[in-house]
Amino acid sequence: MTTTPEHTSAVPLRVLDHNDIFRDEVYQKQFEGKREFENAAPKEEVQRVLDWTRGWEYREKNFAREALTVNPAKACQPLGAVLAALGFEGTMPLVHGSQGCVAYFRSHFARHFKEPVPAASTSMTEDAAVFGGINNLVEAMENITALYKPKHIAISTTCMAEVIGEDLFAYIGAARDQEAITQDFPVSYAHTPSFVGSHITGYDVMLKGILEMLAKSPDADASKVAKSDKVRLNVIPGFDTYIGNHREYKRILELMGVDPLILGDHSSSLDSPADGEYDLYPGGTPLAEGALAKFSRASLVLQESTLRRTAEYIEKDWKQDTILLETPLGVKGTDAFLTAVAKVAEVEVPAELTAERGRLVDAITDSHAYVHGKRVAIAGDPDLVVALTRFVLELGMIPVHIVSTNADTSFPARMEKVLSASKFGEEATVWPEKDLWHLRSLVFTEPVDVLIGSMQLKYISREANVPLVRVGFPIFDRHHLHRFPIIGYTGGLHLLTQLVNTILDEMDRNAPDHSFDAVR
Amino acid sequence: MTTTPAPERAETEAMIAEVLSQYPKKAAKFRAKHLKANDPEGSKECEVKSNIKSRPGVMTIRGCAYAGSKGVVWGPVKDMVTISHGPVGCGQYSWATRRNYAHGHLGIDNFTAMQITTDFQEKDIVFGGDPKLEKVCDEIVELFPLAKGISVQSECPIGLIGDDIEAVAKKSSKKLDIPVIPVRCEGFRGVSQSLGHHIANDAVRDHVLGTGGDSFEQTDYDVALIGDYNIGGDAWASRRILEEMGLRVIAQWSGDGTINEMASTHLSKLNLIHCYRSMNYICTTMEERFGTPWTEFNFFGPTKIISSMRKIAEFFDDEIKAKTEAAIARYQVRFDEITKAFRPRLEGKRVMLAVGGLRPRHTIGAYEDLGMEVVGTGYEFAHKDDYTRTYGMLKEGTVLYDDPTAFELEEFAKFLKPDLMGAGVKEKYVFHKMGIPFRQMHSWDYSGPYHGVDGFAVFARDMDIAINSPAWDLLEAPWSKAGEVA
Repeated sequence: MTTTPEHTSAVPLRVLDHNDIFRDEVYQKQFEGKREFENAAPKEEVQRVLDWTRGWEYREKNFAREALTVNPAKACQPLGAVLAALGFEGTMPLVHGSQGCVAYFRSHFARHFKEPVPAASTSMTEDAAVFGGINNLVEAMENITALYKPKHIAISTTCMAEVIGEDLFAYIGAARDQEAITQDFPVSYAHTPSFVGSHITGYDVMLKGILEMLAKSPDADASKVAKSDKVRLNVIPGFDTYIGNHREYKRILELMGVDPLILGDHSSSLDSPADGEYDLYPGGTPLAEGALAKFSRASLVLQESTLRRTAEYIEKDWKQDTILLETPLGVKGTDAFLTAVAKVAEVEVPAELTAERGRLVDAITDSHAYVHGKRVAIAGDPDLVVALTRFVLELGMIPVHIVSTNADTSFPARMEKVLSASKFGEEATVWPEKDLWHLRSLVFTEPVDVLIGSMQLKYISREANVPLVRVGFPIFDRHHLHRFPIIGYTGGLHLLTQLVNTILDEMDRNAPDHSFDAVR
Repeated sequence: MTTTPAPERAETEAMIAEVLSQYPKKAAKFRAKHLKANDPEGSKECEVKSNIKSRPGVMTIRGCAYAGSKGVVWGPVKDMVTISHGPVGCGQYSWATRRNYAHGHLGIDNFTAMQITTDFQEKDIVFGGDPKLEKVCDEIVELFPLAKGISVQSECPIGLIGDDIEAVAKKSSKKLDIPVIPVRCEGFRGVSQSLGHHIANDAVRDHVLGTGGDSFEQTDYDVALIGDYNIGGDAWASRRILEEMGLRVIAQWSGDGTINEMASTHLSKLNLIHCYRSMNYICTTMEERFGTPWTEFNFFGPTKIISSMRKIAEFFDDEIKAKTEAAIARYQVRFDEITKAFRPRLEGKRVMLAVGGLRPRHTIGAYEDLGMEVVGTGYEFAHKDDYTRTYGMLKEGTVLYDDPTAFELEEFAKFLKPDLMGAGVKEKYVFHKMGIPFRQMHSWDYSGPYHGVDGFAVFARDMDIAINSPAWDLLEAPWSKAGEVA
């Protein structure tokens, strides 16, 4: 019996969709009948193999593979390049090569951000594979200018263009000579082969390309720097899909009396209001400000693995103080960030932020008993994984499996540093370049209490009956998580809330009647 | 109720001309062939050109041949491992996003919602990826012993670096004793997903078709369900109808399908094709090779479902026809219940569509059954024969757009002010910002099924949810209303 009426004025008919309808006997019989034509393995055989894949023998086999990749937690370079481009004012990302790639990038980001994602392709096909895609690129510039009126075009490449060796620099010159764009129209570019690195590499090289272009533009003139008594610092978040983080960096620095300039600020371009008008370019780092970035006092680089080339460029070419920090997650991460900012900008940390710190610590003391000693597996981009590990160690959780498919060579040493700083880190094993099928073996052979990572871990979560705290990218199956910050003390509070309540939900779900406590 | 009447032909032509005037000369000339005011007679002057290269930079909504082969045709075959052969991205972006439902345990006897790739590195590009592919096949058999076959879905670099995946596939097939099928669906081939469908069909023809069939007894009522990808369970809802008509479905292509079903389909007495665009090739092949007749059908909405059931029953004896009529009588009760509930809430609402190769025409009837009108439609990757099937379904003057650009869809929507837009996830949020209700018509917006009797109820419910959500009343802030003084 249900108290829900069959229909109301708002819901005129009770309708069952895919979640329920196939439970019906008619369908169950259909599915059973279909097996005759499938020539499927007997159910006992499926069960036997299933059990086998969850054991140690399979784990050894799984880790012995040398060529096969199954469910990797990484994407390809031009995806990152598109995100970097979307962080700048009036910028149309243009990807040179096959058009299917751009359809994928746009849908991938749209599924995560629930936002429109403008990006264009030069739509190269077989003839361009033979003769080169110069005409495609020139026409693309002409069409983009006419239809989408950008202030800047940021070009990256697909693997097709890279394999045939396309020369973006020369092609951009040709586009100017053929008047597809004016001689002084801002264009930046980066070569982003998909068979090198991952999406974070693409983010890095595109960001570097944009900054290089801006630094050489006429706007990059020291006399244009607005007079201010505040110190300007560049903040470079990297491949950071939390738009809340961008806003939080800004808020924190402003509270400290610093003038922040976020380089690659996609917080508006991927979070525009619904008000009846569609704005193709709703925000981003202003180009004129980006051009002045080299005159800022210092750059805070907040993703070491991701931003290697950008950091090198800033240090060498701009000769700017380049402060490399772990992404400021949790108490100590944020402490280090604020300390660095205070030092370089010669400011004090205001009482307001100290109070925020106190509130996060207070919240941790409230929740510590439930997170303490909980075994956790973490997977994701290397910089995020390092920062998350440090945060869970602060909470007294025990990181057990740490997987980063797109880890670089510096990753193991960075992880070692973080883990050895806490006795809660002793048990952890670090798995660079492994994928989520490896993680499945790890979780089945050495179980954990919590998984932390992208929605791509949801399959393991369901199969191994371990709750998943969704952090990172992509998150297609939960809404709005990316709108809230995870950095800073406020972000720490969001992460802690997600973590502890996931554990409590799980505790309630599994509790015997007597332990189903009213107060936790 | 609607306030804006459907435009006359001259108005549509003026709207198209206005949009084209924003393009550079060269692109305008090309795009003009793809944008037309409909003539239900399908006259030459109103013919929509299709299956032609997209112009660079216009923000086409199209994908590539790999998407058509891996994402559409091969990916849903549940007991085969689909290798995304090349760099990591393609397989990553198409991982589990099409919602091809399938029974079986992921990674054990069902490999659909997985991303299995050769993950090319620079050395594979420089020295060739064939050795890696061979090793990957070995490792697949080792780690996934219940996999019944492997398909190799080529990404762009494969065709550019001169790899011989056919040789590897042949060798591995023999060595591993399972079918390893090379598919040359590199993304740069052709102009859209469409060539990928064709290439995928050809690979099935060359490597699978007619190779099975000894696992069950035949009957006179054996049919195959072709071109249903089981999005949100579509194929199951369709199969239910066919079974209730007294037919026996021996194969599903390819939603919740298996290699054994594909290999046995030549035993079908009639091939029933839903998505004509993606699988007409294999139907033609089976007709030529095995003499199997085939027919198109449409299981969206009561009108089309009923006429399709009768059309299919015509191929069979009186017993099937009687069962079909009995089923129709039962369904009619449910159809009446659904339309009675939802039609008053949707009557007169105007819809714009931009979908793949079938739904821009196949869903028109379902909308009409709910009292709605399609005031603009177009395909992402259709061919001429799709448009000839479309003209007669629409009123004179309705705008048709082939491979529409982001710019065109937005401009047409501003002009036509539809009550509902149906397109893909790339388009969805643009229209949300504009305050236009939207449903994703590729993935059913994570709902479904939309096929069959059960699907029609979900379809009607979802269109009601989209159009009658109170959210659309919230877009304007009270202080920004014209004429209102704060």
